[in-house]
Amino acid sequence: MSAQAMIAPGFSDPVFQSQAAFRALLAALSEPGTLQRVTGEIAPPEGLATATAIALLTLADYETPVWLPEALRNGPAGAWLRFHCAAALVDDPTEAAFAVLDGAAGEPKLSAFNLGTDQFPDRSTTVIVQITALEGGTALTLAGPGIPGTRAITPQGLRSGFVEGLRENGALYPLGIDVLLAQGDGLIGLPRSTQIEEAR
Amino acid sequence: MYVAVKGGEAAILATHDLVAEARRGDPAVPEISVAQIREQQALACARVMNEGSLYDQDLAALALKQSQGDVIEAAFLMRAYRTTLPRFGSSEPLDTAAMAIRRRVSATYKDLPGGQVLGPTYDYTHRLFDFALMEPQQAPSPLGWGEGMPRDAQNAGSPSVPSSDPASPGHLLPQGEKERAPLDATMPRVPDILGAEGLMEAEEPPEGDPRPFDLTRDPVSFPADRDVRLQSMARGDEGFLLGLGYSVQRGFGGTHPFVGEVRVGEVAVEFVPEELGFAVDLGDVTLTECQMVNQFQGSKDVPPQFTRGYGLVFGHSERKAMSMSLVDRALKARDFGEATNYPAQQDEFVLYHADNVEAAGFVEHLKLPHYVDFQGELELIRRIRREREERLAQEQNAMPEAAE
Amino acid sequence: MTIHQMPADDTKPAYNYAYLDEQTKRMIRRALLKAVAVPGYQVPFGSREMPLARGWGTGGIQITAAIIGPADTLKVIDQGADDTTNAVSIRKFFERTADARTCEATDEATIIQTRHRIPEAPLKSGQVMVYQVPMPEPLRRLEPREAETRKMHAWAEYGLMQVKLYEDIARYGEITKTYDYPVMVNGRYVMAPSPIPKFDNPKMHMSPALQLFGAGREKRIYALPPHTSVRSLDFEDHPFRIQSWTQPCGLCGAGDSYLDEVVIDDQGGRMFVCSDSHYCETRRAEGHRGTMLGDAAASGLVEEAAQ
Repeated sequence: MSAQAMIAPGFSDPVFQSQAAFRALLAALSEPGTLQRVTGEIAPPEGLATATAIALLTLADYETPVWLPEALRNGPAGAWLRFHCAAALVDDPTEAAFAVLDGAAGEPKLSAFNLGTDQFPDRSTTVIVQITALEGGTALTLAGPGIPGTRAITPQGLRSGFVEGLRENGALYPLGIDVLLAQGDGLIGLPRSTQIEEAR
Repeated sequence: MYVAVKGGEAAILATHDLVAEARRGDPAVPEISVAQIREQQALACARVMNEGSLYDQDLAALALKQSQGDVIEAAFLMRAYRTTLPRFGSSEPLDTAAMAIRRRVSATYKDLPGGQVLGPTYDYTHRLFDFALMEPQQAPSPLGWGEGMPRDAQNAGSPSVPSSDPASPGHLLPQGEKERAPLDATMPRVPDILGAEGLMEAEEPPEGDPRPFDLTRDPVSFPADRDVRLQSMARGDEGFLLGLGYSVQRGFGGTHPFVGEVRVGEVAVEFVPEELGFAVDLGDVTLTECQMVNQFQGSKDVPPQFTRGYGLVFGHSERKAMSMSLVDRALKARDFGEATNYPAQQDEFVLYHADNVEAAGFVEHLKLPHYVDFQGELELIRRIRREREERLAQEQNAMPEAAE
Repeated sequence: MTIHQMPADDTKPAYNYAYLDEQTKRMIRRALLKAVAVPGYQVPFGSREMPLARGWGTGGIQITAAIIGPADTLKVIDQGADDTTNAVSIRKFFERTADARTCEATDEATIIQTRHRIPEAPLKSGQVMVYQVPMPEPLRRLEPREAETRKMHAWAEYGLMQVKLYEDIARYGEITKTYDYPVMVNGRYVMAPSPIPKFDNPKMHMSPALQLFGAGREKRIYALPPHTSVRSLDFEDHPFRIQSWTQPCGLCGAGDSYLDEVVIDDQGGRMFVCSDSHYCETRRAEGHRGTMLGDAAASGLVEEAAQ
């Protein structure tokens, strides 16, 4: 089989599917902690959640280097991304505009990605963290822009210390990465502006 | 009247009709064709191509026709169309040394390999009306010294080329047949001649020869690199660059330039498609290139050498190319450790204000309604005046008491 | 003869949905996501040349084009009114290029593109305000060089702004900025709210709607997520205050709206009417009557609501 034949299809209607997906992404990052669903009816490549695949189809292109864990980079996911997004896959996390992480994996740390600069905090990496479930886990309490008062989320499948990493990231504000938690067709945004407390 | 803000849609439709009517003018006068504009207003087309950032003579002519000859409006049409065009990639760098020369003059050398080629220029025309042009011409009409005078018989065959005095050819090439014949296949550019002697500032591409920045795709940040500055100026307003270049000459950013060379002619554009891997000729473009030689610089480490100002534009556009090369050199001030006190030396000032489509948009937006903001100002000024009067009145009332 | 014919596919020119190509939309969408992540920070973006003039709303148009979809209903206002010529022109642009469903009712709109006003009717969760911004840099009047203002934002050095505002107070007894009145966002970035009257500033604070700002000519995008702190700059001894009028709207009698002044004769006659045309019409339809409504209706200037 040729490499191309192995690559799963992308959007069947890119204009409108990416528009709808973008609005979900915009809602996720402008109202942190809300659960957003993306519906694109695509078959994601092995290793990528539907939401991850749709987010990358919507946002990534030849202008945005993407960092993937090595296994994904060298597998169908890497080929799929190169084919559909023409995105360059990079080794160095600081070069990445987008990155995909396994929430349970120890490395790399969030701080390994591009945190932006004082004058251009927008140049930081957006990190999609794939987890086992978006609900039903330990409660985290969120506050900050996009949140009236506080909002609780209960993600599952984050390694210990991950929340600490998110808090350190928030302390860098206005620098820092922006996180999207992804599972199935669901997304939760945790931009750098969000303060996170573990519920006692 | 309150009604003034109503009926916006009908008013817009009506104005489109009025524009069409004004554009056509007197219907008894034959309509001008795009081909006529392209062939007979080529310098205006060149300006529209430059400021519209798109090399297409037919579209430039159409833009001029559609905009009633308003050059900035025509450039706007070009850009709004250009922005929708797909991009297939970047061409190979153009080799202006291999230009098919129409005109080439140097102010630094009396003669040089390839010679001086006066070519078509208004430089030595007397700006006297040629009233014969009021009527259609049978043959191309000569410019300048021909009007009402017997024409030199030997030049009758090439009337568009101004004659030179054959008795004292000086540094001019002989005219006539040879003028029309192909010139030397390559004419070394003057800075290359100086460079061979080590007298000209070397120009090396940045490390890795990256693809030049494209300010129509990415936002500019400052300080801006030279590729950004050159792109901005190539599409910038000719009048703005002319004024800035002139300011440099007058001392607002003193450089002391010589025209090393101005050349006009056709250059082949080549493109290497990924799937082929070899260059394909896309056709020729007409370009004007100017290289200014500026007073030398030197330091403890670098022996004194001349510095370069560069201008490259579409079509026959010498004034633009020269202005650009003056400002290019002025903008290098920071690189040479010179003071940057004057507008032409400040990249942010030049780049933000050279774009006439942006400038025209923002200046003309003042026509849009601002009554909400103006009402805020009215409310404020009335209140401040009222409060002032009240205060003064109180003070006056208080005064007699104070005196008692 | 020419190679510039649109693809033979007949009547409709080959423009993409909502005019912008998909690559451009992606670039704008990425900028928008960073903008909401850092509220009030101006994200540089590769602003495209648009078929409408720079300074006439190309920043707002590019944002709307990047977010709009078939499920949206678009409202476009200029000076608060749906029927000013530039609002009509922009609305037509999206009707033509995106088959956009449009409306005048604030509460029916999912996207409201505006120049110079925030509607009087409260915004709701799920709505998106798109502001057209001429000068995104609030410090520009104080420091013309971008290289310098960028550093001032980077280090949150806003002393110059405080000095400028205080100079106003020293000279006039109050801050004289009446529109585009600077705000502090989320306690970090000073932001230009665009030339809305300062009357509208309080509506931005903790708004349930998402607010997006586009400056096409200056190539900047910035944003306020819903429920974000937006404080108008002021001093303890000179607190921020908004415009007020001594009389209500002449047509609908509203006493809580921003008013436009209309000169009605050459004898100094004035009439004050709501700048938000839809708000005014809604109130009249509900039976509210201003003192000038009878005259205005009699001379055919407005339609009087059927009682």
